[in-house]
Order: sequence, then structure tokens, then C-alpha cells
Amino acid sequence: MMFASKEGRYFLQGNIAVGEAAIMSGARFFAGYPITPSSEIAEHASVSLPDVGGTYIQMEDEIGSIAAVIGASMTGVKAYTATSGPGISLMGENIGLACMVEAPCVIITVQRAGPSTGLATKPAQGDFLQIRHGTHGDHMIIALSPASVQECFDLTIQAFNFSERFRCPVFLVLDGIIGKMYETVEIPKRDKIEIVNRKKATGQPEKFQPYKTDEDLVPPFAPFGSSFIARANGSGHGIDGYPSADANNHEQLVYRLINKIERYKEEISLFKKFNTSDADILMISYGCSVRPAMAAMKKAREEGIKVGVLQLQTLWPFPIDIIKSFISKVRLVLIPELSLGQLKSEIIKYSKDIPVIGINKLGGISIQPEDILNVLYKEIAK
Amino acid sequence: MKYNGKKYIKKELLPFFWCPGCGNGIIFAAMTRAMEENNLKKKDIVAVTGIGCWGKADDYLTTHAFHGTHGRAIPVATGVKLANPLLNVFALVGDGDGATIGGNHLIHAARRNIDIIVVMSNNLNYGMTGGQYSGTTPYSSITSTSRTGHVEDGFDVSSLVKSAGAGYVAKTTIANPRMIQKFISKAIKKKYGFRFIEIISICPTHYGKYNKMNNAVGMIKDIKQRTINIKKAEQLSPKELENKIIVGEYNDQNIEGYIQRYRKKINK
Repeated sequence: MMFASKEGRYFLQGNIAVGEAAIMSGARFFAGYPITPSSEIAEHASVSLPDVGGTYIQMEDEIGSIAAVIGASMTGVKAYTATSGPGISLMGENIGLACMVEAPCVIITVQRAGPSTGLATKPAQGDFLQIRHGTHGDHMIIALSPASVQECFDLTIQAFNFSERFRCPVFLVLDGIIGKMYETVEIPKRDKIEIVNRKKATGQPEKFQPYKTDEDLVPPFAPFGSSFIARANGSGHGIDGYPSADANNHEQLVYRLINKIERYKEEISLFKKFNTSDADILMISYGCSVRPAMAAMKKAREEGIKVGVLQLQTLWPFPIDIIKSFISKVRLVLIPELSLGQLKSEIIKYSKDIPVIGINKLGGISIQPEDILNVLYKEIAK
Repeated sequence: MKYNGKKYIKKELLPFFWCPGCGNGIIFAAMTRAMEENNLKKKDIVAVTGIGCWGKADDYLTTHAFHGTHGRAIPVATGVKLANPLLNVFALVGDGDGATIGGNHLIHAARRNIDIIVVMSNNLNYGMTGGQYSGTTPYSSITSTSRTGHVEDGFDVSSLVKSAGAGYVAKTTIANPRMIQKFISKAIKKKYGFRFIEIISICPTHYGKYNKMNNAVGMIKDIKQRTINIKKAEQLSPKELENKIIVGEYNDQNIEGYIQRYRKKINK
């Protein structure tokens, strides 16, 4: 493997494009547990990381995997793991730990049909809400989702950059279709790719406070092993990293963990729009459901129906302002997604009087353009 | 004693929050003395803890520290060590943290012989949550969730870890602080492989109270009476060993650590 060591055009699987981009981002540690349809990312890491001085380890379960990733991250190493819905469920508690200790890391989920073991080899989009709310307590999370193999590459780089900049876990949300699909990928020259590294602690080591933040609400980082003695604490803690059960301190801490992300929401909110300028009907989608939406749009446009597509690349923090501004210009919103309406449940909070119709499918089979068109024709005829 | 371990102790936060008579202070003191004996620099130590009474140990350390979730100290320590092999990584776990909720991590870490030191304080119950039974609570013991006597047998954790493949396994009790220091010090000197030190401790507040044992002094006396060295134990029958605490080195082999093996296999 390791195609991306040189720029050029490559024919890659989505999962492999993620692996290549991870290494190009500077990731040097992977801990994971095999699960379909994500396993190629682990296999790629096991082969590729040693070539760049990195380490791969297969843990006993996903709980151990995310724990090891967080531990590795606190030594200053960029770390990642890959799994599917069942693995994210197991990681739940430690995802909150990553938020609380402010460990930058990337968690890739290649979604499959649930609940439980569900249809292990079949795609779905059922992790949308669990990545946001799977761990307990108030917190904010960043989640990006690619809809092509090229975006698998590009958004993996972006996911590592966001995790480093904001010192938080970032989800990269694929699905069984996008992860397993092969497409051509353009890999740019290394110096054309922006790589962000976490802010480092400066000043006198004796005066270092591991959770003292700058203006941007993000604390500068000192790796384990440096003369800046670091403390990572999953319990309520003061800026010195020692425990604190003080009510005001807890309130400030939780607000800061949320606001360090919320404040930069506009920069974090990535999306693509297609034919939206004159559209009076809008489809909002992400991941594997974007293509059927695009095909349906093309067909509808041929028939003179003014349909546009809004593709969300950033799922969380939920791009409320973007959603609102696009929805306000149309008379109908369609949400194709491979779940019973998880994305829709979020959008209807902001849609006011504009009708929002979900196009949903179970069974682990991709939504077809016809599925969308059938609903579209019916709605127009009303 | 020649060493006092002071430089590793955050004296502003003393006294310890542990109850009067708790064994954790003895383990903590012996551990920091072992660190000093080996001249470890604070910046080269990472103490990883989970949740439980002994999981509060990092609060009193001046070294790097990671205080994480219940049962997950060992996999966090695994990630720390693999990402920076130069560090001395200690996972400080109790019997609940290390041998119950985190039991699977413990046996797999021992099997892969990951290059960390685990110091387990085994007080036979969940102290922090009020004295419920754990994976090491002995048969028939009274706890807050086994009022009529515990149904299950407890793990013999050191034997478990030995059979899982750890290169260095030693067990002692809080009645012998010198031996705690000796074993931890030896574990530090060995540098490689999974090194496991189990210390049988006491919880007078809960376990002692429920089982109508004497105060801390009485409980330590009881431990002393029941303690037998592993060499002597080899000559005794299972019947004679009933209710005995077998202390000593359960395994002391120089098996290659995980990191050495990994580097060989990937040819780096």
C-alpha cells in the first residue's frame, strides 16, 4: 500500500484513501479492532505505519482501542482508529474521555445497518445521532462525512487538522458504500496540503498549567515526557489538571469544551451546493445518499423541475445557519438517507412551515434515484 | 529508610483522601521510594489511573499523569508506551478497575507482554462505592451486595496474569512495605515486558466492617498470619494452603517485551 507517498492520480478504495490521507496528515499511531466494513483501514495502517516509524496495534476490543488512541495522543502523536456502528457504541464512554482530557484524535466510522449486529456487510447511515449523543454529558463533537473517494482523502486531512486545532476527537463518517467503493483520486503534492499541528506549550515549564487556555479557548499542549509536566484528567479538573468538584469550575469547563468548537462553527461547516441558486425544491443529503440525490436532480431538471442539492460534509456541529438559509428559499425539502430519518429529525427543528419529506430505506440497499423521483412527483402533484 | 520518595509527592494535596487504616498510603509510599531508588526523572514517568480508591493515587503525584475511565488504565497506558517507548509507564489499578471491569485488558496486556508496570492494590471489594463485591472478593465474604455471603470465588489475580504470559509477576501485602518497594523497584529495573505487582490491601471501612474483622491493625495482623512465601507454599497441599495469601515472585523471566518483538517483526 502507501500510494500517496507521491502525488498523482490513483484508483483507490474509499477506506484506503482514508488510510493514505491519515499518514499524510502525520498520523503515526493506530489502535483498532477489526469490523466490517472498515477493516481495510486497519489493514492499511498495519502495513503502512511501520514504514513511516509509526505503530499499529490490534486491541482486544473497541474500548481498549479508543483508550490506546487517547493515551498515544497525549504523548503528542497523531492517532486514529476505525470501526463501524457497533464499535462506536462500545467506544461511547471513552469518546467523552477524549473530549474531557482534550486528546486530539480521529475516529472513523464506516456505517453499517443496525441495530445490533444488523446486516454486517451492508451500508446504512444510522450512526448520525450516536456520534453526536453516544457519550453522556454535555459536550460538542466535530463530524465530517465524505461522499466520494476523493472526499475520503480530503476530509481525512481536514479531520486531523480540526482535531489538532481544537484538541478534540473528530469523527470521519463513511458508510459501507463510500468505504468500499473504488474511484480515481487526485493526490496533490505534499507541500500543497495544509497540515495543522496542535499548539505547543511555551514559557517556563515549572509554571505550566495543562488546562490553561489561550484566547481561542484551546489549551496549549505538552506531551507526556516533556519537562512541562502534563496531567490529563477525565474527572472534573481545574486548569492545573488536578481534580475539582467545584460547581462553578465544572460549569466553566463544560461550556469551554463546547464553545471552543461552537465559536468556530462557520469555519468548520463544510458543504457543497448543486443547482441551488434557482431551485425551489431542495434535497439535503450526505455520504452515500448524495449520488442518488444528484441523479434524481439531473432527471428532474431535464423535466423542468427546479431541484437543487445541498451536500453536508460537516454533520456536527450541525450547520444550523446554512440549513436555515438554504431552506428559506425553497418550497419543499427532501432528505434522502439510509436511516429512518436521523438527519431529518435535526433539520425539522429549523424548517418552520416548509414541508420536509424523508426518503428512507432499510435493508442495507442504496437509495435509488427512482425512490427519490417517486416521492418528488407525488409531492409536486399534491 | 534510605529513600523517602518526596520529590514525586504533591505535598500541597496531602493528607490523602483515603480512609484511616486504608492500605493505599503504604503502597503509595513504597512505590515513590522505588521510583527514587531507580533515580527516575519525574518527566520520564507517566502514571495512568482509572476509577476507584487506588485510582486517586495520581492526584498525589508530581509526575505526568492520566486519570481516565473505570477499567481502562491498562489500554491507555498501552497507547502511551507504544507512542513513546522511552517513558516509564505505570498503570495503577485496584481489583475492581484492573481485575473486574478491566479484566479483559489485563489478560491481553499480559499476553502481549506490553512494556508497562501495573501496580494493583487489591482490597477485595469496591471501596469507593460503598463496599460491594468485586472480582477478587472471596467466597462467603459479606459485602454490601452479598449480605448473606458471597456466592462466587474470587480471582487469584497473580496466577491469572502469570498464565496469561506476563514476564514478571509478584505478589505481596501491605504488611510488608519493604517487599512492595523491592518488587516495584525490580520491575522498574527490568525495563521491558509486562510487569505486574499485586498488593493485598485492606479496607477497614467496608470489607472489615461487614466481615466483623478487627480494625486496621487487626486486619494487618490477620494478613500476616495468613501470609506464606511462594517457595514454602510449593511444598504444601491445596488443603493446607486454604485461606493462605501466597506472596513472592510468581514469574521472573526475561521474555522479550512487545516493543522489541514488534520492531523485529517489522524490521525497523
